[in-house]
Amino acid sequence: MGRITLDKVSKSFGEVEVIPPLDLTIEEGEFVVFVGPSGCGKSTLLRLIAGLEDVSGGQVRIDGNDATLTPPAKRGLAMVFQSYALYPHMTVRKNIAFPLRMAGMDQAEQDRRIENAAKILNLTDYIDRRPGQLSGGQRQRVAIGRAIVREPAAFLFDEPLSNLDAALRVGMRLEITELHERLKTTMIYVTHDQVEAMTMADKIVVLRAGYIEQVGSPLELYQSPRNTFVAGFIGSPKMNLIGGAEAQKHGAATIGIRPEHLGISATEGIWKGRVGVSEHLGSDTFFHVLDTGLGDALTVRAGGEVSMRYGHTVYLTPEADKIHRFDDKGLRIA
Amino acid sequence: MARAVTTNRKVLNTFIAWSIGILIFFPILWTILTSFKTEAQAISDPPVFLFFDWTLENYGVVQERSNYMRFLWNSIIIAGGSTVLGLIVAVPAAWSMAFVPSRRTKDILLWMLSTKMLPAVGVLYPIYLIFIRLGILDTRTGLVIVLMLINLPIIVWMLYTYFKEIPGEILEASRMDGASLKDEILYVLTPMAIPGIASTLLLNFILAWNEAFWTLNLTAAKAAPLTAFIASYSSPEGLFYAKLSAASTMAIAPILILGWFSQKQLVRGLTFGAVK
Repeated sequence: MGRITLDKVSKSFGEVEVIPPLDLTIEEGEFVVFVGPSGCGKSTLLRLIAGLEDVSGGQVRIDGNDATLTPPAKRGLAMVFQSYALYPHMTVRKNIAFPLRMAGMDQAEQDRRIENAAKILNLTDYIDRRPGQLSGGQRQRVAIGRAIVREPAAFLFDEPLSNLDAALRVGMRLEITELHERLKTTMIYVTHDQVEAMTMADKIVVLRAGYIEQVGSPLELYQSPRNTFVAGFIGSPKMNLIGGAEAQKHGAATIGIRPEHLGISATEGIWKGRVGVSEHLGSDTFFHVLDTGLGDALTVRAGGEVSMRYGHTVYLTPEADKIHRFDDKGLRIA
Repeated sequence: MARAVTTNRKVLNTFIAWSIGILIFFPILWTILTSFKTEAQAISDPPVFLFFDWTLENYGVVQERSNYMRFLWNSIIIAGGSTVLGLIVAVPAAWSMAFVPSRRTKDILLWMLSTKMLPAVGVLYPIYLIFIRLGILDTRTGLVIVLMLINLPIIVWMLYTYFKEIPGEILEASRMDGASLKDEILYVLTPMAIPGIASTLLLNFILAWNEAFWTLNLTAAKAAPLTAFIASYSSPEGLFYAKLSAASTMAIAPILILGWFSQKQLVRGLTFGAVK
């Protein structure tokens, strides 16, 4: 249960085509992340799968059955919203019970499932409170609880962590990944945060303006980005993209080199530049190197103990076998 | 912002506020007082204010001459029926306007409101004829329908405004949770909109209770509500001020009591969302 196939699915709002026809298969039990800048159509795509928006063309299949015209209530999918979308007039217990009540499940089975979900998500202490009395993290847990009790074919997450503060976000990220390991249910997760995508996904779908730019495992995307957009989007800090004469030396229109694949030295190297801002994270240090004659500032990742004075001259050396080459259309050269 | 308010200023403000309040309430107070006077005291010049022989005689006479309970019962049925019927029609209408608006939704809302700008007397003749044809003249059913229709634009507008405040994602969540449209409206939307729905209900009940044009023109004896009860004491009977006052007091008392007990709810509902 939980194989979702999109067959030439497209979506237009009036004259505006937000998603041109696209094909995508999400395998049973997979954790798939849709990632892309805002306005890339990732949330719309999720809503098309959920049935909250009608497709303009194509077919949505769930476990082989055509679900294109099936209303959201009948698709057997559960969704967690960015705003949590809890029912404010119901207690936590009633919120979690709602989908079971709608399914007409008998009371004993409802109670068993609610207890179970509350235990998994540490909600037992709050079970009789209302959403208004809970913190953001607790509310998000209730929203997840409401989703898991139904034992759906797949979970849909629409930027579920973006309303949480940074520390809580990391915690919830782990909890959701843990939940996936435990339940082995298909999960589709939408985010604009490539760190969430990298850390959680089995498979990442990178979207831009409704087009799928690349589909692959986090490391595939990281190691072999199909084009300059994916190269620049996946990885933090961003990959350095260099054009012009330096790229032509490598037989490419653009070359890309990740910050960790640049050596930095005060005395010798291939590219000469000047140290700009350094960001010390403790474990790592990011140097922004200016005036290299290669276009924008280059970012270099070095060890936490490395220190360079602002304005001093430095030399950078890329690792030769880590250079990504792209042609004049921005596509990867094998 | 802190504002320094002196005690003198406070006293002055309180005095002005009470004066305006009493000025506005005075006609009602005077009516109530007059209802306890004899007919002679009621028209005496100079008028007596509090020091007269209080009597319940007017109430007795009024009750003897006309059956108050029958008018009251008609009022309750007409006001209550038209409000409940209005809600049943307006909740789905406001739902669709608030959550699945089309390009024409704003126009439709405005058009609905524009029907309230038409003077009622302009359509009296056609409605009167329709009532005769349908055989619902001087029936409570007829009045329930006509009052529901004239208040419907206000009910839809008020509910629309409240529904707009409810995040659409919560309704979408209920759809994902397997709720049908009926479940969504019944278990999610309505409970969340309770303050708004309650104040809409109250306001429309009051409007329907006080409505006099249609209730006077479309009823004779059987379906006449309290407005007709008051009217029957004014013109044909000449200047029986005390009895007219007693009748008026009896007619406005129920709605005054209802308004008094529900004022918190009314204010909360009417300002719902405005200060969020």
